[in-house]
Amino acid sequence: MCGIVGLFLKDKSLEPQLGALLSEMLVTMTDRGPDSAGIAIYGGGTKGHGKITIQSATPDVDFKGLDAELGKKINAKVSSAVKSTHAVLDVPSDKIAEARAALSELRPDVRVMGAGEAIEIYKEVGLPVEVVKRFDVTKMSGSHGIGHTRMATESAVTTLGAHPFSTGPDQCLVHNGSLSNHNNLRRELIRDGMRFETENDTEVAAAYLSSKIAHGQNLGEALESSLNDLDGFFTFVVGTKNGFGVVRDPISCKPAVMAETDQYVAFGSEYRALANLPGIEDAKVWEPEPSTVYFWEH
Amino acid sequence: MHSTNLATSPLHQVNYAPKVFDLSKNTLREFNQALHEVKDASTEPNWEVINPKGSHAVAVGAEHPISIDVQGSVGYYCGGMNQLSTITVHGSAGPGVGENMMSGTIIVKGDASQYAGATGRGGLLVIEGNASSRCGISMKGINILVRGNIGHMSAFMAQSGNLVVLGDAGDALGDSIYEARLFVRGSVKSLGADCIKKEMRPEHIAILQDLLDRAGITDVKPEEFSRYGSARTLYNFNIDNADAY
Repeated sequence: MCGIVGLFLKDKSLEPQLGALLSEMLVTMTDRGPDSAGIAIYGGGTKGHGKITIQSATPDVDFKGLDAELGKKINAKVSSAVKSTHAVLDVPSDKIAEARAALSELRPDVRVMGAGEAIEIYKEVGLPVEVVKRFDVTKMSGSHGIGHTRMATESAVTTLGAHPFSTGPDQCLVHNGSLSNHNNLRRELIRDGMRFETENDTEVAAAYLSSKIAHGQNLGEALESSLNDLDGFFTFVVGTKNGFGVVRDPISCKPAVMAETDQYVAFGSEYRALANLPGIEDAKVWEPEPSTVYFWEH
Repeated sequence: MHSTNLATSPLHQVNYAPKVFDLSKNTLREFNQALHEVKDASTEPNWEVINPKGSHAVAVGAEHPISIDVQGSVGYYCGGMNQLSTITVHGSAGPGVGENMMSGTIIVKGDASQYAGATGRGGLLVIEGNASSRCGISMKGINILVRGNIGHMSAFMAQSGNLVVLGDAGDALGDSIYEARLFVRGSVKSLGADCIKKEMRPEHIAILQDLLDRAGITDVKPEEFSRYGSARTLYNFNIDNADAY
């Protein structure tokens, strides 16, 4: 089944509440996906600084002394903010790739959840309410965010199998549905130089979009292409540094409801997820059309 | 509630104030169970639900001639299997509103999500906004009236009953349809397999007028609609199609 929530703020005064609003939406979708949960949150970026969100099964060991070791290796100032099994590394934005390469040498077991100038990704197995608490999501601020509650079908219930998936700078994707041609596509994308961490179908969709973007398409064009190349059921919500997009497959079995006011654009797998948003009574509420790309950008 | 002495004592006239269930306080099960336990519909004819906030399965399995007003939007399967009750949703409805309803009336003031009225065997489902994909899928006798538009694959494998659409229909209307009547006032994006446009004869005008009257729709005329139905070419296996399998 799976549940998706998304919130793209137009009104800056709501930014300090983004984490709290998104958390409530996410927890409402618990019975659509009690296996694991995750969020991607965009915001707080400082010019010249890059963020790498990393995850470890043994954070006490892996994160200890990492700032200094990584800083020395890439010859730059590195700091980190640890949250449970995750940490966000602050590195110079022009050294993100270098830092990732150094990281895989220094801490081969540490996984990169996502990287960019604005994105932070937190995901874990467990009930959404526990995941929200573990990472203190309610206190986070930002301009837009996407959350997912997972009921696993295509791959195991693991931290890395949880959504969002990020396969490009500041890009992320969450998915409700299942893809049937992901194995073949994965092989093609591997030949194209993409790297995969899991056997998960959604990771293939994320890598597909990242690959299209790397080949010069904008996100809207990449989403249009996905309608031709991806076979299966999908409602996708994607995030970029400044934007937020939605697309559904031509059959559109997987539910989707959107709401828009002067203050925000919101997405929910069900209306329940939107029911407590400020001003929802007067919002424009609609279902996104099949095979139609929706995109909002700051 | 006691129903004795109603006729003799004016002080004990039936109290028409609705029984109110607040879904932020009462559980959904309490409410649905109370509906199932109605002993005498004439003494408790009015029911109201507040704070539904997209709850699933609101007023499922109601089976008495009572009136239920839902103040807000609901989630999946509102009014499923309804018999005799009149349910009004003062908001929008999620997937499967009125699924398999048998009789009675469901009115949705807003929009309805996918497969509204699916497999419905009877009764009247009125959607005052738009209905999404697969409206009336596998309908088996229900009458569905939609003031706005309907989405793709509506009336898929529809068997009997009437689907009336004042707006437009999406792709693949009436795919693999059996014998339901589809009346569309606006455009049809595309017809599904074996669904064709048919002549509006006087008996169809009469059926449609009756349905519009029952739904309280007075601002359109039956002559403005086109009728669609089954070409009946899929009823039997055709040896010429063997290669397609």
